[in-house]
Amino acid sequence: MSNLAIIPIIIPLLCGIIAIFFHKYVKAVRLFSQVMSIINLGVVLWIGWLVLQNGTITLATGGWEAPYGIIIVADPLAMLLVITSNIIGTACVFYAQSSLSKKQEQFYFYTFYFLLISGVSGAFLTGDLFNLFVFYEVLLMASYGLIVLGGERIQLRESLKYVLLNLFSSMLFVTTIAYLYSVVGTINMAQIADRVQQVDQTGILTTIGMLLFFVFATKGAIFPLYYWLPKSYIVPNPVVSALFGALLTKVGIYSIIRTFSLIFVHETNITHDLFLWLAGFTMVFGAIGALSTNNVKLIIAYNIIPAVGFMLMGIGLLSQDGLAGSVYYLLHDMIIKAVLFLLIGALVYVAGTSDLTKMKGIIHHYPFLGWLFFLAALVLAGIPPFSGFIGKILLIQGGVEQGQIMLVVVGLGSSLLILLSMMRIFMRCFWGEKEELNGGLKPIRSFTWPAAFLLIFSVLLGVGAEWVYPYVEIIANDLLDPSIYIDSVLKE
Amino acid sequence: MKTNDLILRTTTALIAFILLAFSIYLFLAGHNAPGGGFIGGLMTAAAIILMYMTYGLDTMNKVIPLNFKLLVPIGLLIATLTGVGSFVFDQPFLSQTYTYVHLPILGDAELATAMLFDLGVYLTVIGITLTIILSIADDN
Amino acid sequence: MEIIMSVLAGILFATGVYNLLQKQLLRIVIGTALISHGAHLFILTMGKLKTGAPPILVKGVEQYTDPLPQALILTSIVISFGVTSLLLVLAYRAATLNKTDNMEELRGSEDE
Repeated sequence: MSNLAIIPIIIPLLCGIIAIFFHKYVKAVRLFSQVMSIINLGVVLWIGWLVLQNGTITLATGGWEAPYGIIIVADPLAMLLVITSNIIGTACVFYAQSSLSKKQEQFYFYTFYFLLISGVSGAFLTGDLFNLFVFYEVLLMASYGLIVLGGERIQLRESLKYVLLNLFSSMLFVTTIAYLYSVVGTINMAQIADRVQQVDQTGILTTIGMLLFFVFATKGAIFPLYYWLPKSYIVPNPVVSALFGALLTKVGIYSIIRTFSLIFVHETNITHDLFLWLAGFTMVFGAIGALSTNNVKLIIAYNIIPAVGFMLMGIGLLSQDGLAGSVYYLLHDMIIKAVLFLLIGALVYVAGTSDLTKMKGIIHHYPFLGWLFFLAALVLAGIPPFSGFIGKILLIQGGVEQGQIMLVVVGLGSSLLILLSMMRIFMRCFWGEKEELNGGLKPIRSFTWPAAFLLIFSVLLGVGAEWVYPYVEIIANDLLDPSIYIDSVLKE
Repeated sequence: MKTNDLILRTTTALIAFILLAFSIYLFLAGHNAPGGGFIGGLMTAAAIILMYMTYGLDTMNKVIPLNFKLLVPIGLLIATLTGVGSFVFDQPFLSQTYTYVHLPILGDAELATAMLFDLGVYLTVIGITLTIILSIADDN
Repeated sequence: MEIIMSVLAGILFATGVYNLLQKQLLRIVIGTALISHGAHLFILTMGKLKTGAPPILVKGVEQYTDPLPQALILTSIVISFGVTSLLLVLAYRAATLNKTDNMEELRGSEDE
């Protein structure tokens, strides 16, 4: 029992509230947010270190012990994801000062940012299904604020669809929780898992599991429920797109990993086999989408989708390698998607257009930006020795072990398509003859450094796999054995 | 266009205060009886909006020279800090306690820290409701 | 009683979805509100309905109502209150700025 578990939620929440009071004073609120996000990152790293060394920290809020009260569970997986979110958040805060207009910064950007981080951390840390819904709403509320930031015509139009869709799936989430409550009589995830195990997951529970999957699949953009994602992710400012692309869909994936490795694991031939099919389709359709457009922002947004497919594949396999691959890919994808959105934001800023066909030879003017993008593209496509490669090799290993050769081939094929879509941007926009830029050279140092900072982590995740992998392996082991989680929460 | 709203004006003068008084009762009763910060806040906001509808924006802005937007962060801060306050006493987050005190005129009363949390909720709800409704009403 | 309530929740869901599929923005907002009402009613029903029993658990009290669904509903109501009011403002702004409240015309085109 320790209050440490809730600190990653509380600090951003308080910062967000305090930032409202002086939101008009851009310089002050900017400095405050930068300092606080670094402090928060430090604190989270420290807590994460404690968790990795000493094991899971749980907190029963208000002194109401599990399974009656609201439980916050800081286990290694959750903490690793919280740390990654905070690294991305810190980079985005530094990027925001040049990417956003003064008016947008004044319009509570930093408040929404902190609330988003708070909601995301809460969703990772909570040990209670209803609270997962509450934190989803916290992060969605913040995302509604962020997506309309600026209030342009297109933005309002697309955000309307985004809000409606999320509202609908949230209401389904509540309904599903009601079903689950009527069947197992609890909303504590550990106790649900325990009781589902006792009745050996009867038919109704599998149905509820699929409903829950539908909800998370909508949030996590899995085939065929990804249609809302690309367009709504490109309308806001690049820094907001980066936060969304890195964090929001990943919360959905995390929820699927959590619920389908802990609770609904007894009917894998129904649920997890379906995941494998969906994973394949998600990879293919996402990659095709990325090739289908000339809008650079849209290409990156579409690239979120096949990555989701890879993570879902690991969950579908439900083996040591598969889950380790999923978790590794999750960490990798969060960071690299943020990097790409940030770089594309800089590219669109210097080129003045997001149309692929209207750009040429940008690398002559901005070599640093160009090579950063090239490196990021390699990382994304999974060229050894970068982080995408490690995640994919684990997934492929898991797939081959279980004889899912078709899926492995599809995965490799879609990786090639992803690489092709990235190289299309690189060849068309950065490569080519030198051309005079209209508007002349613009200072983009404040755009590239946050992206470079994140890219360092991404490269480290690949090159330093030796240090990261043992932890991921422990996490995968924990996920495979639900009793570890159940015991750490219920302490029987 | 001049409208005849005599009935509305007369009844509002009466009803608004009943609503306000009842909302405060609800808010105070909230921590262990039906009521609470949310419902109390909504009712207070409803009373204030009723007054806005009757007397118009300009008059009401003079009567209540208060930026309702500011109530939101204040309320949130109070609510969060009551949760964080339990850190000081080495209790889990959101722990609460209560005590009975003897007040001069009111007699014995129960004082609960949940009340402080409710106060935060109360202020936030008033702030959000009024901000949203007035921001649409302002727009011409 | 539970069956009647479940049917009522179903009707609320059905009308909500029907409204959600309309073109006019305001109808869609009303649809989401109806769906959330349906969901809340459903939680209440799923916690087993009893009348005249307090939501407390004290030794000796045999008849009590499960307090958890009520706590869940309250939270959920607060959240849907927030989201619905935000949606109203958003819909209003989007409709004024785009000069239409018809979802068909708010579809957007490829070349933006």
